[in-house]
Amino acid sequence: MTDGAPSTSNRTPAVQAALVDPAAIVSFSEAQLGEVRRLQSLYPDPRGALLPVLHMAQETFGYISLEAEEYVATLFDLSPAHVHEVVTFYTLYFRERPGRHVVAVCHNLSCHLAGAPGIIAHVKQKLGIDPGETTEDGRVTFLAVECLCACEAAPMAQVDDRYELNLTPEKIDRLLEGLR
Amino acid sequence: MAEIVLMRNFSNPDSHTLNAYRASGGYAAWDKAREMEPAAITEEVKKANLRGLGGAGFPTGTKWSFIPRAHTGPVYLVVNADEGEPGTFKDRYLLERDPHALIEGMLIAARAIRCTKSFVYIRGEYVEPWRRFSAAVKEAYDAGLLGRGFDVVIHRGAGAYICGEETGLLSSLEGKKGWPKIKPPFPAIKGAFGQPTIVNNVETLACVPPIITRGAEWFAGLGTKTQGGTRMYSVSGRVKKPAVYEAPVSITLRQLIATAGGVSGTGRLKAVVPGGGSAAILTADEIDVAMDVDGLKVAGSMIGSAGVIVMDESVSIPEALMVLARFYAHESCGQCTPCRESTGWIYKMVHRIVERRGHKDDLDTILDVAKRGAGTTICAFYDGAVGPYISYIEKFRSEFEALIPHA
Repeated sequence: MTDGAPSTSNRTPAVQAALVDPAAIVSFSEAQLGEVRRLQSLYPDPRGALLPVLHMAQETFGYISLEAEEYVATLFDLSPAHVHEVVTFYTLYFRERPGRHVVAVCHNLSCHLAGAPGIIAHVKQKLGIDPGETTEDGRVTFLAVECLCACEAAPMAQVDDRYELNLTPEKIDRLLEGLR
Repeated sequence: MAEIVLMRNFSNPDSHTLNAYRASGGYAAWDKAREMEPAAITEEVKKANLRGLGGAGFPTGTKWSFIPRAHTGPVYLVVNADEGEPGTFKDRYLLERDPHALIEGMLIAARAIRCTKSFVYIRGEYVEPWRRFSAAVKEAYDAGLLGRGFDVVIHRGAGAYICGEETGLLSSLEGKKGWPKIKPPFPAIKGAFGQPTIVNNVETLACVPPIITRGAEWFAGLGTKTQGGTRMYSVSGRVKKPAVYEAPVSITLRQLIATAGGVSGTGRLKAVVPGGGSAAILTADEIDVAMDVDGLKVAGSMIGSAGVIVMDESVSIPEALMVLARFYAHESCGQCTPCRESTGWIYKMVHRIVERRGHKDDLDTILDVAKRGAGTTICAFYDGAVGPYISYIEKFRSEFEALIPHA
């Protein structure tokens, strides 16, 4: 520690993960690079494709590590700082590897009136984790999120790509059991 | 029986397909509009009294006419499908069940504003709507409706309420965080990628084909003196039949609640949010109000996105405000100090009030902070938060006070 080498314990989990996780060493395939160029060509300024390419990066690498940010920055000739600013602004980009499934329960007003607090408490108890956390076995990331605009079927949640509507504790149990 | 215009195809299980859309008369409006002069299309939409249905209620034809005539470079049409206002779900239905109505509206709007390229910004969480709309766009390309002088790019958002604000949306489309921009210049002068841009809501554009087919007078006649047409009301909360309902914009809030089966829970109405989370709350005796842009303005609230959230007598108003205050604290983009600081602070105060740890002067502090910040920020987000902060407390103050020790 005398020569200025940073202590690993000072680093955030995301930084540590990016340093040690081999999966964090990132690059797209040739075909994907072709898709990046196609996306960039759709916009008057190629930078318009940044969000779509970040979606691609997340699908490919599982989450957006700092290395992924740096890699995407090179594809756009942007600074990594710009990409980091974008990634951290939006809720759908994961900066650490999420669980194999993401359960996002809406806690906004219509869902609240229809019993969302009870649904959230039930998921907490079932999974043994709080919103924002991932089960130890890496199976489920649990989130409480703002309005997903399916208020006619409140309370509701997004489970991976699907909207699950009119939730009850029993329905939640069945949904969670189905997630492997 | 009131006329159903926007949801006319919803009962057909194949309504999202080109075949079904054509079979119900779809793309006839485009056939007609392509023979019209662009200025004549805009004039027709103006005369129809179509007003933006995303939230601001600006007259659509007037907005289109702001594109500078002398401009020779590209003009963009940007579709705001970043639905996110609490209590609103109408655009999800349109994208999933009648995507060709949107595409046809886009074709006509594009001709009116002389635009050859459009971007459709769909919120990232809307996976099924995105799939349905993408499939419809592909059908339209294959059928030669798109790609001959007009292209559509579908752009998926990544989770940020502020990107529903039109200039925040444009920042996001440009590959940046969704920070709103100072107006003027308005997007019609300098919008996406620095070019003149019209940003229209999904439902607004879906109104355009029927206006062209059946005429401005017919559309204007469906509504009130200052707003034509019907619109889709998202009704949720404590009603017996929460759903999206189409009705003329002259319908009253009382009629709309009855249409949704009446109040559930205790069956006794306490309050209603008439136009999405950011609208000032109305009490049970304020519901004889017309659900158009100007009717709600007169009532001291706003129609916004027409998301109606009903609360029966058992609902805790302080708790409802806490839920919304948490939302505003979470979604403030952080650009303007009054909004960034006040949304967090006010959430803390409302939260501790609900937990019965409120301080004696919290309510006055919230009102003071809310009023001081109103109108001082770049975009309308903070004003949208101030509406609930002030109205919930002023109209239900005793309910808050009952929770504050030694109040």
